[in-house]
Amino acid sequence: MQSLLATFDIFLLEAIVNGILLGGLFALLSLGLNLIFGVIDVVWICYAELIMVGMYAIWWMHLPQGLSLWIAFPAALLLIGMLGAALHYFIIRPVLGAEPINQLLVTGGVLFFLQALATVTFGVEFRSLGVQMPGFSVADMYLSSSRLLSFAVAIAAIGMTWWFLSKTFTGVAIRAISQDRAIMPLMGVNPNRVYLVTSAIGGVLAGLAACLLVLQYDIHPAIGLTFGPLTFLICVMGGLGNLVGGFVASFIFAQFISVGGFLLHLEWGYVLAFVFFIAMMFWRPQGLLSRKAG
Amino acid sequence: MNNASSNPAETPVPLHTEAGTSKTLRGVWLAVLALFFLFPWLGLGDYPLHLVIVALIWSYIYTSWAIMGRLGMVSLGHGAFMGIGAYSVVLLWNSYGISPWIGVVVGVVLALIVALLIGYPCFRFRIIGHYFAIVTLALSEVVRLVIVALRDQTGGSLGITPKTALSDGASFDLVALQFADKTVWFYIALGMWLLGLVIWQLADQHPSRKALQAISEDEDAAASIGIPVSRTKLGVTLLSAGMTAVGGALYAQYQLYVNPDTVSGIAISLQMVFGAIAGGMFVRLGPTVGAMFLLALSETLRVMIGNEFHGVDMTVYGALLILFIIFMPKGILGTLLQRRT
Repeated sequence: MQSLLATFDIFLLEAIVNGILLGGLFALLSLGLNLIFGVIDVVWICYAELIMVGMYAIWWMHLPQGLSLWIAFPAALLLIGMLGAALHYFIIRPVLGAEPINQLLVTGGVLFFLQALATVTFGVEFRSLGVQMPGFSVADMYLSSSRLLSFAVAIAAIGMTWWFLSKTFTGVAIRAISQDRAIMPLMGVNPNRVYLVTSAIGGVLAGLAACLLVLQYDIHPAIGLTFGPLTFLICVMGGLGNLVGGFVASFIFAQFISVGGFLLHLEWGYVLAFVFFIAMMFWRPQGLLSRKAG
Repeated sequence: MNNASSNPAETPVPLHTEAGTSKTLRGVWLAVLALFFLFPWLGLGDYPLHLVIVALIWSYIYTSWAIMGRLGMVSLGHGAFMGIGAYSVVLLWNSYGISPWIGVVVGVVLALIVALLIGYPCFRFRIIGHYFAIVTLALSEVVRLVIVALRDQTGGSLGITPKTALSDGASFDLVALQFADKTVWFYIALGMWLLGLVIWQLADQHPSRKALQAISEDEDAAASIGIPVSRTKLGVTLLSAGMTAVGGALYAQYQLYVNPDTVSGIAISLQMVFGAIAGGMFVRLGPTVGAMFLLALSETLRVMIGNEFHGVDMTVYGALLILFIIFMPKGILGTLLQRRT
């Protein structure tokens, strides 16, 4: 009995640690989406599909084309950054003046389009990069080094984005425009350029997420649907556009999925996380870190 | 943060789009409808009949969605209600032998309970616009994942087939709501579609219709003149959710196969929204036009391209949706009607 309890605890601890590592990845996923919402006031429902395109791009460059991953990863960042800017320029910009819900729905069209395009181009088979990173044990816990790596890179990227937004001129302009859309043009800042730059940054963050995810998961045209809904639920729970709130919400969600999945079953972990999300919406409709709404 | 209340004045929602319809035009409509009743007797074969039935079922479901969608409540959670309706009839029939007639009632009651649990706090706390869309989207994912997780009962993502009641060469079973003859299904689907349009019409004539219009344009102003905002919105949401659950049950009984991805989840929820928008969600026949358009599009592309290039039809579909929302936000029928006036 005593030994059973001990093993149970170590597995639970392992699930919690894995949840923290997963939380870092979620934090990176939600950061780009949150930034775009905060600045442009548009929810990219297709954000996870940009990541999916990035994963396919890395796979295509590395395996069929035989390029080194050291070339494929930066190329994917650049490509998805450009894709983000193109998405804003060709699709979001024409509907900026329309009803907010139309902006959300037009990106839903992009979701279908990219998913189907990936199916046409790469088929429905699962693709794998075939990179096996060794696992290791710490204090009787078995951890995967690709998860640890993705956690470290995600936290570093979040730190860099933070630095960029608070210390550089462009970053300050981005934050300024998210605070007052009307006054910034009068201060000589061109909002359209800021929107374009923000979309490109959001794209680069999606490209980075693609680099980290491709090391852990097989690629499939519908892979976006597995973590896409999660990503914007995290953003909403943290308060759409609130970067710190999104960061905190990422770790809460990841714990639900990791520990809930460990105690019950993977789907029940997700169900619990979603039910928790819906409950939170009623307690804190404007996000975790908001003052209690009346 | 509270950007969702900015319902711009450039989208005037016509209260009575059909009010200007003259008597003669109404006569023409009725004549076309009467001819449509004869459709199964034209001897076109099973395939065209099947397409018309599917189009009618989707028309009814899109109409159910648009009854609340047109009032600024864009729900991405209607997949939840459709899934609840579909799985209620199939599970009760397969596990307990309970007739789908009772299953439909159970499904509608469950959908109403879920709609109440989600709708009441949403409207109470003014969760509107983006937030409402995403909260309801979470709901449709919850239902899909619950269906997958209960795989011992539901068959998980492989789906489930209702046990057949037509084993001994019988052509129909009224208790099991199973009919071998597609003509029967045609009339059932036609009846449901007409019922949906009648409900739309009744909702338009209901005294709360103007209140809802006011709410969709400015909630605070509506509340300030004494409109019970939460209660009025909740009423429409319950109506729409219940209708959608019936649609899910109808779909399950006709197709005799359901699968979590074809009746619930984000993809089917988005499909409902797009169908209604493509046709025009502010006019009564808009969702119907949208359903016919989407079905005609996917069938044409399938025939032209063939099945081996999997995904080409969806690529065109996605691209068209983007173009629609950018260039024709009022939908096909909405734009046509606007041109005429």
